[in-house]
Amino acid sequence: MGRKFLMKGNEALAEAALRAGCRHFFGYPITPQTEVAAYMAKRMPKIGGTYLQAESEVAAINMVLGAAAAGARAMTSSSSPGISLKTEGISYIAASDLPALIVNVMRGSPGLGGIQPSQADYWQATKAPGHGDAQLLVFAPSSVQEIVDLVGRAFDLSEQYRVPAMLLADGMLGQMMEPVEFGPEAAGAQEKPWALVGTKGKRPPNVVNSLHLQPARLEEIVRERFQRYEAIKKKEVLLEQYRMEDARFAVAAYGATARIVKSAVDKAREEGIPVGLIRPITVWPFPEREIAAAAGTVEQFLCVEMSMGQMVEDVRLAVNGRRPVAFYGRTGGVVPVPAEILAEIRKMAGRA
Amino acid sequence: MKLNLLIAGFGGQGVLFMGKVAAHTALLEDLFVSWLPSYGPEMRGGTANCAVCIDDKEISCPLITEPELLAVLNQPSFDRFAETVQPGGKIFLDSALIEASQAQAARCAERGVSLYPIPCTSMAETEGLAGRANLIMLGKVLRETGFTSYDTLCEALKACIPASKEALLESNLKAVALGYSFGGQ
Repeated sequence: MGRKFLMKGNEALAEAALRAGCRHFFGYPITPQTEVAAYMAKRMPKIGGTYLQAESEVAAINMVLGAAAAGARAMTSSSSPGISLKTEGISYIAASDLPALIVNVMRGSPGLGGIQPSQADYWQATKAPGHGDAQLLVFAPSSVQEIVDLVGRAFDLSEQYRVPAMLLADGMLGQMMEPVEFGPEAAGAQEKPWALVGTKGKRPPNVVNSLHLQPARLEEIVRERFQRYEAIKKKEVLLEQYRMEDARFAVAAYGATARIVKSAVDKAREEGIPVGLIRPITVWPFPEREIAAAAGTVEQFLCVEMSMGQMVEDVRLAVNGRRPVAFYGRTGGVVPVPAEILAEIRKMAGRA
Repeated sequence: MKLNLLIAGFGGQGVLFMGKVAAHTALLEDLFVSWLPSYGPEMRGGTANCAVCIDDKEISCPLITEPELLAVLNQPSFDRFAETVQPGGKIFLDSALIEASQAQAARCAERGVSLYPIPCTSMAETEGLAGRANLIMLGKVLRETGFTSYDTLCEALKACIPASKEALLESNLKAVALGYSFGGQ
């Protein structure tokens, strides 16, 4: 620890992955995450790793599946439309109980959309990362330092639970530079007795597969996986509560938006409005308990996102009708400014 | 906030690099800093800009919608951003490329916004420093704001120039010095 670097979020993300022992990166270029791949292309060959630019996103995610099945710490990175292409592979990885890291540096959408920051892939990341009953561990950093801190954790938990992880960032976090510190090098990949590394004729072969034609057997497998999801929900929720101690109003926001909200919360506090911020750092598992608890003390909630309103549904489920939950969003690559959010906070507090 | 600076110009004028050098001073002084660029098609021939925030506490919002300081290297950026500068703020403009109309100048005066014209581009050409107008401008910003020390800025500049381009350091330092010692309006 100690030395600080001024780095772009995308570059810091790549460096953090290398320091976490990732030696296999498969990608396909897309703005605004291209620096992740560029950094990997430069560094991987020098440290004995594999950087491979695949022929498509679909190929890249299936290479991740293959490398992960062989026990490697593998990752891929893309942005919104590219993630959509990867979803089939993501479902296969989840169904094969393989650990992997998938990075989504979100941009304006739907469709090809635009290239400016967005958070409109929340539903995709947390509800339907691919077809079927499956979840990803989804981490939503809000600073370059937090990207670095979460990458290693994402790899570790993904291996511990054998559930793929996603780092959900956006174009603003990917492109901005901030000072970062890197922790000590991680131990790297954990023991993987299930990996396909050859039997040397000494044990029955391991099988990594997602095809199960017997419904009863498939149900049993899915149920077992959901027990792991339950354990994750109990133990792995991360969030930040900012100025919530005496708050009568709460704003929920994640990622880059949460920083802008923080600035608006500070300004509202200067005006005497008792408001705080609840910032989920994991968006799956979602901090349901903490938000439900806040519903016992605050009068109203406001959810702010760079989308037409996606996380707000999870906030409403957690609040469960006990308090009103308003929403404010910008979309298409438009980033909300503190003044807009301050106006919404004033409205919530009846000071419009 | 210790520095709240929006830099804007054409892609290729070194807007992002100028911001990076300013941002790096904060790293040397162990302050909080954010550097947020415009990205995408804007960089390929259109206007580019970057926002640099330096503070002794965490930077919550890296966006700058109402800059305290604006440094502009082309006319479209001046026209676009001059009105957004906070009352009492400062605008640094490359007067070799930008002309403030009477109406614009009057509007700035009305809002207490000071104009600091400096003909960076022609100074750079005269001094054999073509392409260093950005750093001449940065020298001027430093002179008028004192956002860091002169030595820290030079050290930051050194840190931002990769070893493979070390030969460019001297001319870059000279450009900063030129802007720093520029007196007249």
